[in-house]
Amino acid sequence: MLLTILALLPIFGAVIVASLRGDVAKLVGMGFALTTLVVGVTTAILSFGNATALAISVPWIRPIGAYYALDMMPMDAMLVILTVILVPVVFLAEWHIDRRDDIRGTASGFFSLALLMEGLALIVFLAGDLLLFYLAFEATLIPIYFMIGRFGGVGRERAAMKFLLFSLAGGLVLLVGLAGLYAVSVQAGTPSLLIGDLGGLEMAPATANWLFVAVFFAFAVKAPLVGLHSWLPDTAAAATPGTSTLLVGVLDKIGTFGIIKICLVIFPESMQWAAPVVLVWAIVSMLFGALMAINATDMLRLVSYTSISHFGFMVFGIFALTTQSMTGSIFYMLNHGFSTAALFLVVGFLVVRRGSADIHAFGGVQKVAPVLAGYFLLAGLSALALPGMSSFVSEFLVMAGSWQRYPVQTACLVIGMVLAATYVLRMYKTTMTGPVTEPVQEQVSHDLSLREKAAVFPLIVLLLALGFFPKPALQIIDEASTGFLSVAGITDPTPQLKEGGR
Amino acid sequence: MINALEIQAPTIEWVPLLPLILLFAGAVIGVLIEAFVPRGVRHALQSALALLTILGAGAAVLVALADFEPAKLAMDAIAYDGPTLVFWLLLLLFGLGGVALFAERAVGDGQSAFAASAAAVPGSPLEREAVRLKREQTEVFPLLLFSLLGMLLFASANDLILLFVSLEVFSLPLYLLSAMARRRRLLSQEAGLKYFLLGSLASGFFLYGIAMLYGFSGGLKLTDVAVAIDSQANEGTHVLLILGLVLMAVGLLFKIGAVPFHAWTPDVYMGAPTPVTGFMAIATKTAAVAALLRVFYVALGGAAWDWQPVFATVAVLSMLVGAVIAIWQNDLKRLLAYSAITHAGFILVAVTGAVEAGEGVFVSSVGAVAFYLLTYGVATLGAFGLLMSVRRAGGEATLISDWKGLGRSNPVVAGVMTLFFLSFAGIPLTAGFVGKLAVFVAAFQGGYGWLVVVAIIMSVVAAYFYLKVIVAMWFQSLDEGTEVVVVSPSPWVWTVVVVGALATVILGLLPGGMLDVMNGFSEFIR
Repeated sequence: MLLTILALLPIFGAVIVASLRGDVAKLVGMGFALTTLVVGVTTAILSFGNATALAISVPWIRPIGAYYALDMMPMDAMLVILTVILVPVVFLAEWHIDRRDDIRGTASGFFSLALLMEGLALIVFLAGDLLLFYLAFEATLIPIYFMIGRFGGVGRERAAMKFLLFSLAGGLVLLVGLAGLYAVSVQAGTPSLLIGDLGGLEMAPATANWLFVAVFFAFAVKAPLVGLHSWLPDTAAAATPGTSTLLVGVLDKIGTFGIIKICLVIFPESMQWAAPVVLVWAIVSMLFGALMAINATDMLRLVSYTSISHFGFMVFGIFALTTQSMTGSIFYMLNHGFSTAALFLVVGFLVVRRGSADIHAFGGVQKVAPVLAGYFLLAGLSALALPGMSSFVSEFLVMAGSWQRYPVQTACLVIGMVLAATYVLRMYKTTMTGPVTEPVQEQVSHDLSLREKAAVFPLIVLLLALGFFPKPALQIIDEASTGFLSVAGITDPTPQLKEGGR
Repeated sequence: MINALEIQAPTIEWVPLLPLILLFAGAVIGVLIEAFVPRGVRHALQSALALLTILGAGAAVLVALADFEPAKLAMDAIAYDGPTLVFWLLLLLFGLGGVALFAERAVGDGQSAFAASAAAVPGSPLEREAVRLKREQTEVFPLLLFSLLGMLLFASANDLILLFVSLEVFSLPLYLLSAMARRRRLLSQEAGLKYFLLGSLASGFFLYGIAMLYGFSGGLKLTDVAVAIDSQANEGTHVLLILGLVLMAVGLLFKIGAVPFHAWTPDVYMGAPTPVTGFMAIATKTAAVAALLRVFYVALGGAAWDWQPVFATVAVLSMLVGAVIAIWQNDLKRLLAYSAITHAGFILVAVTGAVEAGEGVFVSSVGAVAFYLLTYGVATLGAFGLLMSVRRAGGEATLISDWKGLGRSNPVVAGVMTLFFLSFAGIPLTAGFVGKLAVFVAAFQGGYGWLVVVAIIMSVVAAYFYLKVIVAMWFQSLDEGTEVVVVSPSPWVWTVVVVGALATVILGLLPGGMLDVMNGFSEFIR
């Protein structure tokens, strides 16, 4: 019941906000976002240790074997926390979205769509049934589509269409997998699309591999791996930073989340079968993203390329299939959400002031707007995974865990980390340091307002807090990854170096 | 020796056949009204009569449902089984929607969508006179009832001859109706003629196919053909079976509007009066699919290996051609025509799967197809209803560019239209998605996984052109100089739109019961 309330609260809010106008709509929208934040965090805390007490499962579409099933396992809880935090932050950052003259929608429209997206994303993270997961997964496209198309900059229509067609292609391929799993489930007796039940199905390896490929494809589009990624930079460049934050910070996590929650549980053998290829794909993705980020001149595109690089990192950690690397990846999902949000929003503040996202349009910003530059630096350092930032902890865990099984591949990851330092520092150097140019002096001179600080400050605090005291979160996540791997029947490799023999 | 004098009086089961009898009676009374009732009250009387007739027929079906026992009626000519009931109810529902669209006059400034005097030459003094006197063609209602009667018969015919007769009964009124648009009459007449000529050709194929099957099996009942196939005594006449099968498929696929027999759809959809397009788009398809399922599952089920690849090919072609050509359309009615071709392809995906009802089957092909038709039907009728009420000078605003910016000027109409288009595209949380899911599931169970993959790729292509309209409505502004108004329609059309929207949402969220019912009533009597 609590989970249903959590998921429906923002959707209900979306309907209310849609019927309001102006500042009232914004305030009510913020109210719903904050209430959801409170309910979400409370539920997450309640769920630790007794997740089953909250779970709900009622038959929904009997002939299809679909259930209305929600549960909140530790990994779900992490992503729920991420979602409920990011939405109010984005609201705060985009508070004056209606003052821009290039948008087609109203503030009430943006807030309403964002709340709708939040509710649907929560259903995705809580779903215990494949069809429910799929429905919410696809339905999230609709609000985001309108958010890109109505509130973006130049080229937003094209970007919205490209985003939707890519996602739809991925989603519909997932539907093939779903139909196939249904057919297998019917053969086994009564159809059931509960993810747990599907995990217990006996499948011929060939069938399982094909269905795995179909399901994995959808997630590889969502958490874009290189080759399936081209929609993301276009979208990020055209959408408002707030939309991009929600898209990359929350919705793209569904990709990595789905790989663990669905692929690993239902197709553990196929995961192992595909691992060698996917690991290489993930490395290429990571290097490609980093190299493109180094060459990018549009800052919004640059940030999106860093995300592609980081998603490569996460996927690598998942497919290394060790407890430690999995823990690192799940923790990274959380950190990447906060870190990218901070980066997108700060870049957004810059872009709004200057009216351009071109990296060369800036220079010497730190002299005229030191606070802005400071936030920018912190967000950047988090993106390059400086020790002390939470992203460092997750990158370290992924590498330490993967090393046991794939030393050569893991070594390649180090190159990515070096490249990350390059693109972040290059961006900082070009935009923030150097002589103050005339347009910058004119347009960027007013530093961050209280509202803007309030939006990004919590994110920086979270990044630092989780960086210095990762233990509580890691304990919970560790429980999650141990659980997933034991369900999948995969054991960690025995350490090659023994303590004895000195 | 046959003695012609020994003809027995046919036995007719009056109660289960009541829906057909009511429709026939209603249509005949409608014709009499045209002859004896003064002009002024005809429209009200005819529309009320048509409405009550269909409601009565629907009630008769539902009452008969109480103690339903599958049987063959009217000397084995009519199969009275689960699919018959489901398709009858679907057809009657679509018939109701059709009547409502036919009766609409508010959007056309008090005039219906039909020609003042269909017999007058366009532009002639006779026509001007009829327009001046505000005449209108109210024969459309009896024509619709006749057509509906033919469709119900077609969906339940267990006899090859009856099949052909009912095909003609439902087609002829439609040819006429297509040619009766009030505006752009020449286009409409051309559409009617084209539909008639191509339709006759298809009927010819169909009849020839019947002859072949008769030659193969020596009987006219569907079961005779099935028995002949099973007995395998006719090895030498196998070619007759294949020929008959292909020719009948041509006739039926023409009515469904599947590629390569689709050439008539765009022109007829565009030329015909919008209410007729709406009714025809869904009702013809439903009747033809119902007959297709019965003929191929019951009579030719034993030859499934021969026809499954054919239907798979036609399905792929329909989805491909429909979706790809639709991308370049700039007229909404044409776009919906190509969309209809694509939908025919999706329906054929489930037909190809050929999963029959039985133990351990939760989604059969027939159930999936029926559900798909329901979801497609409610959205189609609703969409055409809205299409009627968005107008510019000189008639309906059917160009996509006319719909630009509608999201701002009339968010309700744009929102509901968006809902229908999302349902067409099969986006989750709409009924269209569940329809597609059911179809895919049926095909997958039938071992046609590859066809599902193709269908899904085509769904993405199809989504593109639906989105084009959504983009126009919400993301763009109306071009300078064009003036488009949304005329508030009468309760007739509102009802259709509201029911369509509600059904689209409800069947999208809670489809379980309906799927169960349709699956439960999907076993053919043999």
